[in-house]
Amino acid sequence: MAISERHARNLDRTRARPDQQVPNVIEFRDVTKRFDSGDTGLENATFSIQRGEFVFLVGHTGSGKSTIMRLLIKEHEPTSGTIRVAGHDLSALDRKKVPYYRRNLGIVFQDFKLLPNRTVHDNVAYALQVTGGTRKDIRAKVPDILRLTGLSTKLHNFPDQLSGGEQQRVAVARAFVNHPPLLIADEPTGNLDPETSIGIMQLLYRINRTGTTVLVATHDHAMVDRMRRRVIELSGGKVIRDELTGAYREGEVSTGEFGALMRGEPAPAPRRLPDPGDLFDDAF
Amino acid sequence: MRFSFFLKEAMRSVNRNAIPSFAAVASVVVTVLVLGVFIPVVQATTGAANEVRGRVLVDVFLKTDATKSDVARVKTLLTDKTGHVGKVVFVSKEQAYQQEKKRNPEAYQLLGSNPLPDTFRVTPDKADNALKLRDELAPVSASGSRSNIDPAIEKVENRKDQTGKILTATRVVKLAMFLLASLLVIASILLISNTIRLSLFSRRREVEVMKLVGATDWFIRWPFVIEGVVLGALGGVVAILLLLVGKIALIDPLASDFALIAAPETISFTLLVSLLFAASVGVSGLGAGLSLRRFLRV
Repeated sequence: MAISERHARNLDRTRARPDQQVPNVIEFRDVTKRFDSGDTGLENATFSIQRGEFVFLVGHTGSGKSTIMRLLIKEHEPTSGTIRVAGHDLSALDRKKVPYYRRNLGIVFQDFKLLPNRTVHDNVAYALQVTGGTRKDIRAKVPDILRLTGLSTKLHNFPDQLSGGEQQRVAVARAFVNHPPLLIADEPTGNLDPETSIGIMQLLYRINRTGTTVLVATHDHAMVDRMRRRVIELSGGKVIRDELTGAYREGEVSTGEFGALMRGEPAPAPRRLPDPGDLFDDAF
Repeated sequence: MRFSFFLKEAMRSVNRNAIPSFAAVASVVVTVLVLGVFIPVVQATTGAANEVRGRVLVDVFLKTDATKSDVARVKTLLTDKTGHVGKVVFVSKEQAYQQEKKRNPEAYQLLGSNPLPDTFRVTPDKADNALKLRDELAPVSASGSRSNIDPAIEKVENRKDQTGKILTATRVVKLAMFLLASLLVIASILLISNTIRLSLFSRRREVEVMKLVGATDWFIRWPFVIEGVVLGALGGVVAILLLLVGKIALIDPLASDFALIAAPETISFTLLVSLLFAASVGVSGLGAGLSLRRFLRV
């Protein structure tokens, strides 16, 4: 049997019985987060994201996008409701195990959050060193991922010697160097000009096609409209819309621009994807 | 591999944060210098106070007509049956006469005969017990007058006003020195911990990023602890070298002239230096590790 057929069959199987077969990568069930100040970050949010999806979280400032991100990396605890990642309840995760859990996530922020004292290479390598990666490991993986993100020539530069777009590429490279099953990006293009933003989104899309689930919080209309991916819209902490191929605003027409944008991309390599639960085994 | 990685990380951060590192080293140098000077000073002063206290005596005067057997009896009474006794020295009539004659020859010339009694000079086990010892040898009766415990004893004296003054003065000196020393230690700890906290505060974002990438607390902490140890050791060594220079240039030439400086009770230089070094390394390393706790809660 050809490998591509097997892959297709695998996909069919998961589509047939999504709930029993493979747990959702992310599942929010009635999640509410109230801050000590009395503000509500999130109110009864319920949604789930399946393996391999590319999802936009949109909404105004203060609508709860970042709260979802913070809950996902377990920086905050929900006031009520359950959050499951790869089928595991996050509230059951011991504080000591949080670092191990986070190694399964690629995290990209609006302000890049690079280590200022390290070169591009060392910033990416740090993500591997944290997990106990050997020198051999680092020598094998880091140049690879930097080539993928187009940073091969900037290996020995420090973050403050790079442009915003380049810094964000480093951040993406660092997030992806461990090949995490889930990558979350909080306003990854918020500090970048539109041209550079496209480059970052292409990168995230390419990562998504290797099988990584990608969740992007953004208020970049143009980008969402172009890419036509699943959109979850938040307002005042509530999920008000969840569309499979949405635009930033409801009822906007697809421009088909993104297809053209992505035409040059190589087709995804067909391969069997493991169960997300297996991918997340480090922490649980 | 692991340790060399942490060491490399620590050295990198020393290099890249030159100014905070310098501030940390400088504060360790100042602290160790101050402590290195004051510890011997406090000790010498306390030693001097103790020496003065060692001179507190209780004199037991026997009756002038006391026989040899009386003397022997009182001696056993003092050495065996009385508490708080440290040392007993017997000064016979003749010895006392010779001593006093030397001090005041004309008066004793006039006197002709020897009016002095046999005396026991009793040193109490502790200076503070001098008055208790006196009460034991000459208990105060109900009427308020003193009666001696042995008929051969004429009088028990401890130069009362003098003893009281010496005890109070030396107690004040010792207490003041103790307070000064504690204040210095507290100030040193505050200074160092503040410096550490400042230097960590400027790097709290770095710690936050490390946590987000999935570093465990100890993975982040070890480089900081090693950095603290390295900086503490550096500061300690510099301060100790300065102390050594000061000792050779200033103290040693004076030691022969001033008993206080050469007081045998002061700590030996080697011991002092190793204690200070251990303290500067320990406090810096521990301080860095503990101060980091706040920033690790991400």
